Amino acid sequence: MSYINIKNVWKEYGDQVVLERINSTVEEGEFITIVGASGCGKTTFLKMLLGTEAPSRGLITVANEPLRYEPDAQRGIVFQRYSVFPHMTVLQNVVLAREFEKSRFLSRLFGRARKQAIEEALTMIEAVGLSAAANKYPHELSGGMQQRLAIAQALIKKPRILLLDEPFGALDPGIRADMHQLVLELWRRYKLTIFMITHDLKEGFYLGTRLWVFDKDRIDPHHPGAFGARITYDVPVGSVDQKASEKIRESLQQHNAAQDEPELSGVSS
Amino acid sequence: MKKLINQHPTRPFRWLLGIIPFFILVILYIGASNARLAENPNDKLLPAFSSIAEAMNRLAFEPSKRSGEYVFWQDTISSLERLAVGVGVSALIALVLGVLNGTIPFVRANLSPLITAISLVPPMAILPILFIVFGLGEASKIVLIAIGITPFLIRDMQQRVLEIPGEQIIKAQTLGANTWQIIVRVVLPQVMPRLIASVRLSLGAAWLFLIAAEAIASTDGLGYRIFLVRRYLSMDVILPYVLWITLLAFAVDYALRQLSQWLYPWFHDQTPERA
Repeated sequence: MSYINIKNVWKEYGDQVVLERINSTVEEGEFITIVGASGCGKTTFLKMLLGTEAPSRGLITVANEPLRYEPDAQRGIVFQRYSVFPHMTVLQNVVLAREFEKSRFLSRLFGRARKQAIEEALTMIEAVGLSAAANKYPHELSGGMQQRLAIAQALIKKPRILLLDEPFGALDPGIRADMHQLVLELWRRYKLTIFMITHDLKEGFYLGTRLWVFDKDRIDPHHPGAFGARITYDVPVGSVDQKASEKIRESLQQHNAAQDEPELSGVSS
Repeated sequence: MKKLINQHPTRPFRWLLGIIPFFILVILYIGASNARLAENPNDKLLPAFSSIAEAMNRLAFEPSKRSGEYVFWQDTISSLERLAVGVGVSALIALVLGVLNGTIPFVRANLSPLITAISLVPPMAILPILFIVFGLGEASKIVLIAIGITPFLIRDMQQRVLEIPGEQIIKAQTLGANTWQIIVRVVLPQVMPRLIASVRLSLGAAWLFLIAAEAIASTDGLGYRIFLVRRYLSMDVILPYVLWITLLAFAVDYALRQLSQWLYPWFHDQTPERA
């Protein structure tokens, strides 16, 4: 059995089919980037992995256990925005997970336990390159630094699975490249299984081990909701040949033509 | 020449512009008062500053012949005490119920309709009921303030809790937090500065209910005094009392703002406030 098994998963809202017949297996330590047109259900899929949405049909198992449809410490998450706590400093944001764990009622640590948690948090803060900002509040940080913080905060909990929902979508291209280095490094160091949604096809071709493309392969023009999206391409990163990448780009551009997606049109292989 | 909307007064000029209207009001008052007093030296409607000062001196710095108290200070203390207890109790109730309402859907489904209904009852209309139930003592005045502002505060708190981005709540869960931990570490600290802000907004209403209650049944207090001396047309007491109440209201508001800025710098840095 693989680490994560996705068996015939569907997601429907009323008669709107968002996802259909999703079948896949994922091994531990894989880094999957997910691309797809807007509204094709890739975020819905990530939400199912996160546990905030349940599939309408089908089953997802992690390590042979059915996935719990409630967010918990098994899966870490970094959203595009709003995933750090504005009322805590960088250090407090990272220490928080330990306080939740070791102090169920007060959720505050004292004395030696506190010292230990702070040390651990500082190591993690250093790993994401935020040491100089440890005592700053999030609003004093740039967008890239906030995302570094969000990653450090999630990783201190040592999740087996890390979910990234367009984590670098709001960042400048230069900073994005730094963040790619950081994520790749942390992925190797902590042996994470990563699912990352991105709008940037270049990221999909470059990061990780595996690229998934979500797309509708059947379309009923009279009833657009009749069919859902599936994983239309599942290719190992690095071995995407010219022909396949052309096809992927084409299929994405078809849907995005009307929506003006600059990230996709600017991509060159 | 820039357009009018783009022209800003310099700092000293802004102060001057702000003070001028007050200055004009004082001049107008003095003029009108002098004119009336010239016609009838016993006129009580617009007393001269000298008679206002005399009346205030009597109330603030000479013990009352009847009770031996310094009436003005006794009134001030009584009123502020009622206001503080009333607003404090309201804020505490609002914090607890607002946070529970905002975070726990079952509580919200259970309590929200009731709170909305209560908030629609005009508080002054049930003042007689309060007097009947709680008597004419302190309790009924405090309860009037509480009934007047608590529903607003609860609904505001609930709204503020619901405005916390869902991402944060999900993130906390992925960090291993249970419901209680999310409330005490994520929700409560973030709504505290917002509670202070809504208390500041509701202070106007709180003063209104306080003075109304004191006017109807009381033996001391700023509102009581104003309504008592109204019988003798004592404008020389009423005017300074009104001014004093205004000043107190401003001081309380200012103190709360400073407190909030001192306790929650992260909140005020990211939501700049036009004071």
